[in-house]
Amino acid sequence: MDAFTTHTGVGVPLRRSNVDTDQIIPAVYLKRVTRTGFEDGLFAAWRGDEHFILNQEPFKAGSVLVAGPDFGTGSSREHAVWALMDYGFRVVVSSRFADIFRGNAGKQGLVAAQCSQSDVELLWKLLEAEPGTPVTVDLTDKTVRAKDLVAPFEIDDYTRWRLLEGLDDIALTLRHEAEISGFEANRQTWLPTTDPLPAV
Amino acid sequence: MSRTLAEKVWEAHVVRHGSGAEPDLLYIDLHLLHEVTSPQAFDGLRLAGRPLRRADLTIATEDHNVPTVDIDKPIADLVSRTQVETLRRNCAEFGVRLHPMGDLEQGIVHVVGPQLGLTQPGMTVVCGDSHTSTHGAFGALAFGIGTSEVEHVMATQTLPLRPFKTMAINVDGELGPGVTAKDIILAVIAKIGTGGGQGYVLEYRGRAIENLSMEARMTVCNMSIEAGARAGMIAPDETTFDYIKGRPHAPSGADWDAAVAYWKTLRTDDDATFDAEVHIDADELTPFVTWGTNPGQGLPLSANIPDPEQIVDENERVAAEKALTYMGLEPGTPLRDIHVDTVFLGSCTNGRIEDLRAAADVIKGKHVASGVRMLVVPGSMRVRKQAEEEGLDKVFLDAGAEWRQAGCSMCLGMNPDQLAPGERSASTSNRNFEGRQGKGGRTHLVSPLVAAATAVRGTLSAPADLEN
Ligand code: SF4
Repeated sequence: MDAFTTHTGVGVPLRRSNVDTDQIIPAVYLKRVTRTGFEDGLFAAWRGDEHFILNQEPFKAGSVLVAGPDFGTGSSREHAVWALMDYGFRVVVSSRFADIFRGNAGKQGLVAAQCSQSDVELLWKLLEAEPGTPVTVDLTDKTVRAKDLVAPFEIDDYTRWRLLEGLDDIALTLRHEAEISGFEANRQTWLPTTDPLPAV
Repeated sequence: MSRTLAEKVWEAHVVRHGSGAEPDLLYIDLHLLHEVTSPQAFDGLRLAGRPLRRADLTIATEDHNVPTVDIDKPIADLVSRTQVETLRRNCAEFGVRLHPMGDLEQGIVHVVGPQLGLTQPGMTVVCGDSHTSTHGAFGALAFGIGTSEVEHVMATQTLPLRPFKTMAINVDGELGPGVTAKDIILAVIAKIGTGGGQGYVLEYRGRAIENLSMEARMTVCNMSIEAGARAGMIAPDETTFDYIKGRPHAPSGADWDAAVAYWKTLRTDDDATFDAEVHIDADELTPFVTWGTNPGQGLPLSANIPDPEQIVDENERVAAEKALTYMGLEPGTPLRDIHVDTVFLGSCTNGRIEDLRAAADVIKGKHVASGVRMLVVPGSMRVRKQAEEEGLDKVFLDAGAEWRQAGCSMCLGMNPDQLAPGERSASTSNRNFEGRQGKGGRTHLVSPLVAAATAVRGTLSAPADLEN
């Protein structure tokens, strides 16, 4: 997972609340066997509509999604985060996230920035009035900035630290490599392995 | 300090204790893989350039969506075929031992591990499948994990975990004739509810549990997850040791003695306390079947379909109403009057040799009722072979049942073995959720004995009903 300190990119105003994970990526895309390439499934139902925001220039190239409250509700599928990131999003701004989505996002390196709803509304207006306005998300001082708007956001300290350091769950565990090896050295020798047995 | 069985196994696997909000890091002794939940985990390793840490503690089998007929032909369903082929490629690339379709050791992951002697007391066992709790029957701490955790175990052979609470399920007394492990666990779930075990590791204890065979204990632990529990466990004893002894991966010689000495310490201390306790009297149990769409909606076979109007709890009432509509059942109908179209004998709950023997015993010399199809799907190819050596295949075939290759099959209908919309089954599997066995399919969970008797009579029945 890449470290995240600050990111500047095109902001996408998504004026919808309760965007559930089925809308982020429909179930048919879950049958795949890969970990990447889910961008085509992102908001698949909505993208069929040519007026949908991601079908408009300059939003097509968006990387900061500004959405309504209760983003990421519904099934716990990790694919929702994969789809957003595969598309190119680095940050989702919302006034409220579903817990599981927030957890999944933090693990995969997607910043879930929780702003006040009034700041979300200001961002929407600004991005709609001047499409393509660059939005900067700064994890060091926990702000979203666009033109002269400075919106503070909340993110829990542990997740923030991990994002700043670029540590996914596995990397975090591997920091304890010495302890894992130490444990392995002391395991009972009679414990089974799956090594193929000699044919009898 | 006195500790429960689960706490002993947990503590023996702590690589490091977490501080504050940080979870404990636990070592994993055995990681089981199958084709559905592993591909993205392997892909994650590749993307991050990480190796598989312990291929020698990892084993894979094809089970969830393999066909149970024509297994020498390419899999017709494209998604299934892709998943199976991906597993084969990944196992080859990362050096994981795989038992593919047609192999003697191929079968349902939770049947294969114990059968090879890979599941042993006191181990930590994980798999990307919720019925991993099956392995707890050996006194192992075994639980299902999600795909990102599968990747985590692949890369580190550990998992960050938060402690659980412990619940004792005391099953005292003795089971009557025709009453099985399946009836115990269905009664437990009906008693504590599908959420009753949430946050707990269950320990099944008491005389009725001690008297169960190893395979019957697996049936009990298998369905712990249906009570919402993290895992289910049974303390190892002579029954356990006898089962393991001589299996391909069992310790031998001096190792065997050392292992048994350790295994004998794996029991809840007399003065240890559980966070919760439940009591069930085995003497009072009778064959149990489900009438609804979750495993907690079950009753003795002699009962009638409940009337939702009589249910006080609002949520349960609504759930019961919805369930009856889906199941196409009327309140007050005797469960024994319910006609089924299909009987499924198999799954990681009841697809072992003892289950097949028990069912064969009931059906021997009789015939499956007209209009009913019966599918017998052994849990593994080795179970299938053993059954054939005992002539059980003939018994089922003579009775008009279908004798299939090993796999999960109709337990979850990911392969062509499915119920048609509105079709009703008596099934020895573990989940009667809406659509689980096929879109619109209606499932009644039953024991192998009830399954066999039901196949003969065409209505939900116990073996005793065949004598009248
Ligand atoms: S038999 Fe059913 S419950 Fe068991 S592993 Fe297969 S799908 Fe899961």
